[in-house]
Amino acid sequence: MSRRTAAEHRLGWLLCAPAVIAMLLVTAWPMLYALWLSMFRYDLRFPAEREFIGFDNYLAVLGSEVWWQALSNTVFITVASVAVELVLGFVFALIMHHAIIGRRLVRTSLLVPYGIITVVAAMSWRFAFDPTTGFINALLGLEGAWLAERGSAFFVIIQTEVWKTTSFMALLLLAGLTLVPDDLLRAARVDGADAVQRFFRVTLPLMRSVIMVALLFRTLDAFRIFDTVFVQTRGSQNTESLSIVGYNALITRLNLGLGSAVSVLIFLCVLALAAIYIKGFGIDLSQRKEP
Amino acid sequence: MAVGDSRLERLFWGAGSALVVAYALIPVVWIVSLSLKRSADLGDNRFLPQVASLEHYAAVFDDPQFSAALWNSIGIAGISTFAAVVLGSFAAYAIVRLQFPGRRLILAAALSIAMFPPVSIIGPLFNMWRTLGLYDTWPGLIIPYMTFTLPLAIWTLSAFFREIPWDLDKAARVDGATPLQAFLRVIVPLAAPGVFTAAILVFMFAWNDFLFAISLTSTNDARTVPAAIAFFTGSSRFEQPTGSIAAASVVVTVPIIIVVLLFQRRIVAGLTSGAVKG
Repeated sequence: MSRRTAAEHRLGWLLCAPAVIAMLLVTAWPMLYALWLSMFRYDLRFPAEREFIGFDNYLAVLGSEVWWQALSNTVFITVASVAVELVLGFVFALIMHHAIIGRRLVRTSLLVPYGIITVVAAMSWRFAFDPTTGFINALLGLEGAWLAERGSAFFVIIQTEVWKTTSFMALLLLAGLTLVPDDLLRAARVDGADAVQRFFRVTLPLMRSVIMVALLFRTLDAFRIFDTVFVQTRGSQNTESLSIVGYNALITRLNLGLGSAVSVLIFLCVLALAAIYIKGFGIDLSQRKEP
Repeated sequence: MAVGDSRLERLFWGAGSALVVAYALIPVVWIVSLSLKRSADLGDNRFLPQVASLEHYAAVFDDPQFSAALWNSIGIAGISTFAAVVLGSFAAYAIVRLQFPGRRLILAAALSIAMFPPVSIIGPLFNMWRTLGLYDTWPGLIIPYMTFTLPLAIWTLSAFFREIPWDLDKAARVDGATPLQAFLRVIVPLAAPGVFTAAILVFMFAWNDFLFAISLTSTNDARTVPAAIAFFTGSSRFEQPTGSIAAASVVVTVPIIIVVLLFQRRIVAGLTSGAVKG
């Protein structure tokens, strides 16, 4: 290795070091610490009773109704919101792609839900569905507290997520749509394919990788749902998500041992999801973004 | 231009556009309208206020809790953005311009942190910050915000830096510019749009965060706006301070909407860079 390449390697590492060290210190190290804490009976309200108990915390979490209920709630919210977002995102992207007048206006308006604080969005929808302050009951001629019942509470939560994040999906898909050559669509049209056939046979297959990347990001994001549930129900009506369970154990009840076991299990779930997408659907993230 | 432009199709897409705009803006108009209603009208179930009043804005700005939170949010998000963009620029420059082993590893590590669930580390951070005296302080939030936005900064900046014709600085040097002049006059203006885009996206993340904000703070010392809004208390314990929450929400949403209006092209380019380019 010449002196020049050695110097280049050194400079490269030097420039990356601060970022890499920060990322390791604030994610990898606390994750290992969580793993360590999860092996202890460790409740900050009774710090004297701290003792090593191996995997007992995990057994307690996995044996509890709360964990499995929260897992199924989270999976339900994730699947429902991502599925709706994908369909709606496609509709929005197609509208932006085809609209001649007002394309800029549509794009600008869509950036508003993306930019708005999640807590604010959740508040706005909560007040809108609220029987005392809201306009939705009056509009639909309904009575009833949406957030006081499990089914309708899920509806409000999912619809808030959809409103907030469909923009992201739509903008990614729009960028993907511009990669589909017009000539190909014109040729299909000449061959007698109608709009629906053109979409499913030409556009969709060409956009496969963009769709998969968008789905991966949105799925992992939806799986971590916290803000909306916290603001709208705080987990009441049996709507707790996994992040809410983790937060309650760690910060509300200060049970660092049990809470850390929940944290580690959530991390493993996210890891499994990412692995399913990347291995199972063959998304090669590193290659597509590499210089 | 898309295939086929009959009049009917144009009408169809036009109507669709109007619906999308309405869907995107209704909750925003709603919260503005709620914030302008008089206290007595908050329960009138109307979409628009009968009489506009600024009483809730006056109340919110009178509330020391909100002013403190606003200041904390601006300071914490601002410093986190600066730190993430500086560190991200170093890393992105090295990744794009230099050959060294581990470049791919850094990009992969950054990507895995982007997928990392923050709830998994709030417990350890809570415990560590208590020991280190960082609990309920600005640095206590700046450190996690900077870290969680570094992946975004590195990816966005690398995507932009890759498009820069770096050899232009050599040309400037040939023309007699000093290295510093070449860097300041040629490279900085070329890199600025990318840096700016990364800064906007990072700022939005820090401005939006809620989980770290409620887990790692407890008082006005470092509590940011999203946390303050969620824990607003009315004049009595049993009264929901709907009007104040709405007014506070509008106050923190306005800057975001201005940024979106001014820089929409950059935001879209930043969001889709990397994900689509192949």
